[in-house]
Amino acid sequence: MAKTLAEKVWDAHVVRKGDGDGANAQPDLLFIDLHLVHEVTSPQAFEGLRLAGRKLRRPDLTIATEDHNTPTLDIDKPIADLTSRTQIQTLRNNCAEFGVRLHSLGDAEQGIVHVVGPQLGLTQPGMTVVCGDSHTSTHGAFGALAMGIGTSEVEHVMATQTLSLKPFKTMAINVEGTLRPGVTAKDIILAVIAKIGTGGGQGYVLEYRGSAIRALSMEARMTICNMSIEAGARAGMVAPDETTYEYMKGRPHAPQGADWDAAVEYWNTLRTDDGAVFDAQVDLDADTLEPFVTWGTNPGQGVSLSEAVPSPEDFGDENAKAAAERALQYMGLEAGTPMKEIRVDTVFLGSCTNSRMEDLRAAADIIRGRQKDPNVRMLVVPGSARVRLEAEAEGLDRVFKDFGAEWRFAGCSMCLGMNPDQLEVGERCASTSNRNFEGRQGKGGRTHLVSPVVAAATAVRGTLSSPSDLDPSPESAAIRTNAA
Amino acid sequence: MEKFTTHTGIGVPLRQSNVDTDQIIPAVYLKRITRTGFEDALFSAWRKDPSFILNQEPFSAGSVLVAGPDFGTGSSREHAVWALKDYGFKAVLSSRFADIFRGNSGKQGLLAAQVAQDDIELIWKELENAPGTEVTVDLVSKTVVCGNIVAPFDIDDYTRWRLLEGLDDIGLTLQHEADITAYEATRPAFLPKTLPARLS
Repeated sequence: MAKTLAEKVWDAHVVRKGDGDGANAQPDLLFIDLHLVHEVTSPQAFEGLRLAGRKLRRPDLTIATEDHNTPTLDIDKPIADLTSRTQIQTLRNNCAEFGVRLHSLGDAEQGIVHVVGPQLGLTQPGMTVVCGDSHTSTHGAFGALAMGIGTSEVEHVMATQTLSLKPFKTMAINVEGTLRPGVTAKDIILAVIAKIGTGGGQGYVLEYRGSAIRALSMEARMTICNMSIEAGARAGMVAPDETTYEYMKGRPHAPQGADWDAAVEYWNTLRTDDGAVFDAQVDLDADTLEPFVTWGTNPGQGVSLSEAVPSPEDFGDENAKAAAERALQYMGLEAGTPMKEIRVDTVFLGSCTNSRMEDLRAAADIIRGRQKDPNVRMLVVPGSARVRLEAEAEGLDRVFKDFGAEWRFAGCSMCLGMNPDQLEVGERCASTSNRNFEGRQGKGGRTHLVSPVVAAATAVRGTLSSPSDLDPSPESAAIRTNAA
Repeated sequence: MEKFTTHTGIGVPLRQSNVDTDQIIPAVYLKRITRTGFEDALFSAWRKDPSFILNQEPFSAGSVLVAGPDFGTGSSREHAVWALKDYGFKAVLSSRFADIFRGNSGKQGLLAAQVAQDDIELIWKELENAPGTEVTVDLVSKTVVCGNIVAPFDIDDYTRWRLLEGLDDIGLTLQHEADITAYEATRPAFLPKTLPARLS
């Protein structure tokens, strides 16, 4: 029978089929190939193991890092916030006790858990990957089935290396065409969420398909899969291809020699069969897509950057109308205001959505040779210590510093403000992160989700801007002259 | 998880409906790193009131909470169950439980017994007339006994079976450990391991 990619990965991991059929069927027991752990959702799970006298079944399939709570300044000093310090220290103690590999603050492999896994080559096609974090969907970019789980399930995976799961439905997101300059993966996923809504993916695993997806780099695919959860989906996936293999090759934990050949042979089978049926289909035209930006307080409340703030009256549905009214009030926006006239106070370049080398390079290319708007604060937070080192080797840190941005150490940072990197009440931020919820980046803070290039252009002009809004910089003009 | 067959302990009449999880444990306590030690957090706002039932003897030593309808509504925080257990409660009786709370209770070995509201009213009167009266909750026969009152209770068969056998989800899965081990033996050699660590 023809199967979708998601069904193939599921079927390959069934340890035990649940008894019964249809609605009364008990869950399947699935094997988990990789368990990623961080400081916030793991302490009670470790304690659960301890209280029950259980072992961690597969330390060799488990890896931990510190990311949510960690400061991005003065990382050589003790963490000032006592609660955060305690939580970090608890992770260190737990990892030592249970034999879990941990990359601590200061370690070259420390960073956001969803940046670290792929970077080390631990995330591979066809795997099941879980983490006590909803953005685990990121790893689906490799053709892995990757899901966020709760603390009880974290403990379950620690003890059994399995999860009991009820099967999901499948949805194809077909993105055909060619992205125009200045339009990126972030704009694709923001447009998808605006189209299907924050609950549109509920109960589904999304598979991103089509020529525009095939043309994307691995890091861009990660950006898209990362935000699948913002559409309510269980997971998002992209079938592996040469782009995937090219990215994998030579990474520390990628297969080597004969293992590599065996792996590629298997990975080549990981695509949706012709004739396989998805439970739902959504089409998006890449040719006409523009840079996208959110105006409201959920990731589905977005428009093209060239448009204006919508009016609640634009929404037929009463709930959507009420939500828009509330969002405009919280965001301090008037309906009808062109998005490009909205001034921001802060630009945040970072998070598991957009903090990898390509994101930093793309932003640096925009700002090189330009000056930051003096009223804007810009924070650049690499996704991992490794990304930071690589960026410094390329001189990107100098580009950001010369521009007037702050060059920080790796972590989740202002995406969720669990560390000191927070917005003030009423402060407005153009952010490359994934959630624009009320208070997400700091109590009373106002978030506009954007791509790295829009973030960079916004930092130059001080208002939400696309790269095409910028005057040619002296440097890029010089390059053109030389070329001529 | 310990097996639950029957429990006898002091009954605590909580004449309140819609006891939501924010009342059971306020959000400020969720920052903790342990799954134990939440006893001080249980009903912490209400316990500031000296007349609250748990501030009165002998109810402070209670282990069977007898509450009004719609117990455990609101957020999904498993901490609500942890706090009740840490305080010493083994069972909660109510005519209606919020789904998520009931699910969390089953995972953690706290018995959420659904008792008809008429019977709850009788038990409340008995416990108020004779404070310190013990309540027996028998999971085998699915009955509650309090003084002369004998009342049936409902619980879904799957949860009842897991509680009687003392199986948490992990215990249940470990019954199939042979299947897990067999599966592990079939995993391809090219799949990555985090240990030993290979670094860039």
